[in-house]
Amino acid sequence: MTTHDTRPGSTGGADTAGPLHGGPDDEYTPEQLAAMPREDLDRLGARYDGVEVLHVEPGPEPGSALERRYVRQIGAVFALAGLAAFGFVVVYLGSGWFLPDWEWTIDSGTWSTLFTPLLGALMGLSLILVGLGMVLYARKLLPHETAVQDKHDGSHFDRVTTGATLVGGLHNSGLARRKLITRSLAFMGGGLGLMLLLPLGGMIKNPNTGNPLGRTSWAEGVRLLRDDGTPIRPGDQVAGSLETVFPAVPGGNRQADAATMLIRLRPEQVAESDPRAGQADFGYGDYVAYSKICTHAGCPVSLYEQETSRILCPCHQSQFDVTQGAKPVFGPATRSLPQLPLAVDDEGYFVARSDYIEAVGPTYWNRERI
Amino acid sequence: MARTATAPGAPTTRLGKAAHEIDDRLIVAGPLRRTLNKVFPDHWSFLLGEIAMYAFIVLLLSGTYLTFFFDPSMREVTYEGSYAPLRGVEMSAAYDSALDLSFDVRGGLFMRQVHHWAALLFVAAIIVHLLRIFFTGAFRRPRETNWLIGVTLMVLALLEGATGYTLPDDLLSGTGLRIISAIILAIPVLGTWAHFAVFGGDFPGELIIGRFYIVHVLLIPAILLALIAVHLLILVKQKHTQFPGPGRTEHNVVGNRLFPTFAAKAGGLFFIVFGVIAALGGLVQINPIWLWGPYNPAQVSAASQPDWYIMFLDGSTRLFPAWDINLPGNYTIPALFWPTLVLPGILFTLLALYPMIERKLTGDTASHHLLQRPRDVPVRTSLGAMALTFYLLLIISGGNDVLADKFSISLNAMTWVGRLGLIVLPPLAYAFTYRVCLGLQKHDREVLEHGIETGVIRRLPHGEFIEVHQPLGPVDEHGHGQLAYGGAPVPKRMNQIGGARRAIRGFFTPIEEPAQVELEQQREERGVASAEARELTGSGRPSEGGKPQEPRD
Repeated sequence: MTTHDTRPGSTGGADTAGPLHGGPDDEYTPEQLAAMPREDLDRLGARYDGVEVLHVEPGPEPGSALERRYVRQIGAVFALAGLAAFGFVVVYLGSGWFLPDWEWTIDSGTWSTLFTPLLGALMGLSLILVGLGMVLYARKLLPHETAVQDKHDGSHFDRVTTGATLVGGLHNSGLARRKLITRSLAFMGGGLGLMLLLPLGGMIKNPNTGNPLGRTSWAEGVRLLRDDGTPIRPGDQVAGSLETVFPAVPGGNRQADAATMLIRLRPEQVAESDPRAGQADFGYGDYVAYSKICTHAGCPVSLYEQETSRILCPCHQSQFDVTQGAKPVFGPATRSLPQLPLAVDDEGYFVARSDYIEAVGPTYWNRERI
Repeated sequence: MARTATAPGAPTTRLGKAAHEIDDRLIVAGPLRRTLNKVFPDHWSFLLGEIAMYAFIVLLLSGTYLTFFFDPSMREVTYEGSYAPLRGVEMSAAYDSALDLSFDVRGGLFMRQVHHWAALLFVAAIIVHLLRIFFTGAFRRPRETNWLIGVTLMVLALLEGATGYTLPDDLLSGTGLRIISAIILAIPVLGTWAHFAVFGGDFPGELIIGRFYIVHVLLIPAILLALIAVHLLILVKQKHTQFPGPGRTEHNVVGNRLFPTFAAKAGGLFFIVFGVIAALGGLVQINPIWLWGPYNPAQVSAASQPDWYIMFLDGSTRLFPAWDINLPGNYTIPALFWPTLVLPGILFTLLALYPMIERKLTGDTASHHLLQRPRDVPVRTSLGAMALTFYLLLIISGGNDVLADKFSISLNAMTWVGRLGLIVLPPLAYAFTYRVCLGLQKHDREVLEHGIETGVIRRLPHGEFIEVHQPLGPVDEHGHGQLAYGGAPVPKRMNQIGGARRAIRGFFTPIEEPAQVELEQQREERGVASAEARELTGSGRPSEGGKPQEPRD
């Protein structure tokens, strides 16, 4: 064996293609193939692909009543599909032109309510009919053939020769012997990987800087405002009612962790009230204020059932008892809703005495316990 | 086709010449023939994965359309569109553009609903496809790789769905996002850091919609597309599995060639899937975001539920007891961590590793291309039933407040039913399924040994009544069948072995001559008519019949 190519072409000799492509092209001359009918050619090709057609059940006889019937059926299905498609076009284009307007307004008629359903019905009908037509065609008019294809597991020959090529290449590279190169490659790979990953570091922010998770906008003297921005006096709420309040800071009613429930307890509730240790004076008279953000997954706890003094979170059904310092009494929540210390300012409006004394919202790893 | 004898086999038609020109340049005739000749087995359950793929195509098409109008930004704007009840309301640009899509883009609402329905169907088809693969043992060697890719595809589909659910920034999706935020915060040690990396700060920040958007429209779809391609390439390379049946072995595939039968049926299925999604998208309202209003951290609706495929996690979150783990030094592992991250982590890991686990336990390392009937592998089937019970109970618990409301059940009772049910019901499902599998197996053997019950009662000369049984094959001297069970369905009714005459074709009026059909039936070698034509012997039932047939369940 030599590595020097002496074939014609490389040395300036005649450059001719080899004899066809080998394999089947050697076994079947163009003349032989030209003499074969189409069915045989089909079977021949299939055999080369490992496929044997075992059995063909021909479709309905051409010209028979059965065939005419199937052709009529399938033709009708495709025609209907086209009709529905054109119907879609008419509804889509015609609305607002020769049909009523499609746009919904508070006083618009039925057409705008029908527009989307009509689009769906027509497109759905059209596409389903196309699919139905194709399936019917395959089932009713095409010959049913049963074909068998061989399935091969991997070839031993391929494995051995490919392995030899791979191992040969690796061996020739000498990487196994040249330790210095493998080591420097490993070093390089580590460095390169880190280098390419590091720009993602732009996403990292320190969650402990300024304790954003533990703070809200509430602070000493910040008024409690309703969603519409009005302040609240102790006489404003009836006993047993709940009002969602926000800190009187710009955008306070859109902040994710500031929403607070101001609840006026009924006399019976006050009587059985059992606030958390050290928080007995957080309320103001018969008023208490708790964070609205669930300590479980952060949903706003919203459903207050005053007969049972329970607040229910609609997301995961944690229940908190407002007479017991909003302690969780059922469901997956583990911690009481934080309580906002209340006071009343010179003008007689509710204010906070300070921020919440613990983090509001869901629990996290280094959340301080009180 | 007539040929002129210039060069033998040279194309004469214009189409033929064009094909010749193409093959001269691209040399595709060989690979194309191999593709056209590829044999696909035929069974309805093999179409489930196809349905998932077609739903994915619809998702790509409709999703691309939506991006032309959607603005993934959390910039505050005032709504001025045509939906009067929200006019003048402050909202994010994302919600504003989603409303415009629904009200001010011609056909936009239709496309949005098509996209949503396609997503629901996509995940559903994936899961049903997975169940088919699991219960028939199609994941066994050599298909473990494709099983792993499939499980990855499913997890990615869930993430894709969850990110898409968040984008419109309405009250419902914002509530979902808030829970996602809490879940990330719940990761021990790294939670707050991970949250600030993902959200760019405290919840909600101003970045998250834009980030989820690019994940939803580029990153995950690109990975999905690539993995689906690999999934299909491996399928083509390994060839499809098939159920046992006549002529079917571990070393062949029996079915239809790709062209034209399989292509016509698969193409038809694509159009049907597309059509069903389009019909749902137009006719069945889904996620009417204008009713929810813009996201507001202080508001929530009762019965806030995720899309169905996330319900199992919502359920686990509702059921998990209030168990914070308080560590020394003021550190906490939040209770939320277990049902939302650990549980799906365990579930998906077990699922992904199942082929390896089963291989280890059974010691079966052989290659399998023939599928198993679930009844023949009672342990696996029962494990599957157990897992399915667990999963369904989680889904039901994800809507336990709605059930409690609609059926006037105590909400707390529903929670306890879920908690206890998760422990009690799966083992019961295991035992029940195992028993059913054994029963079905025994019945198959019984029919093979004694034949099909014909319903014909005979009185013997000494007065005893017996039911005549139709043997399925040759019998020994005691009248017991000699056919062995081959893993294929055993016919159990006379009609399945040709016990009835073929119906005369025609809907309003017959389009065949009944007498002609009768003659044709008598010429055939099976069925009642031919038996009657031969002679009335024995029970008057066909004496020839059913080897195990093609699966038809």
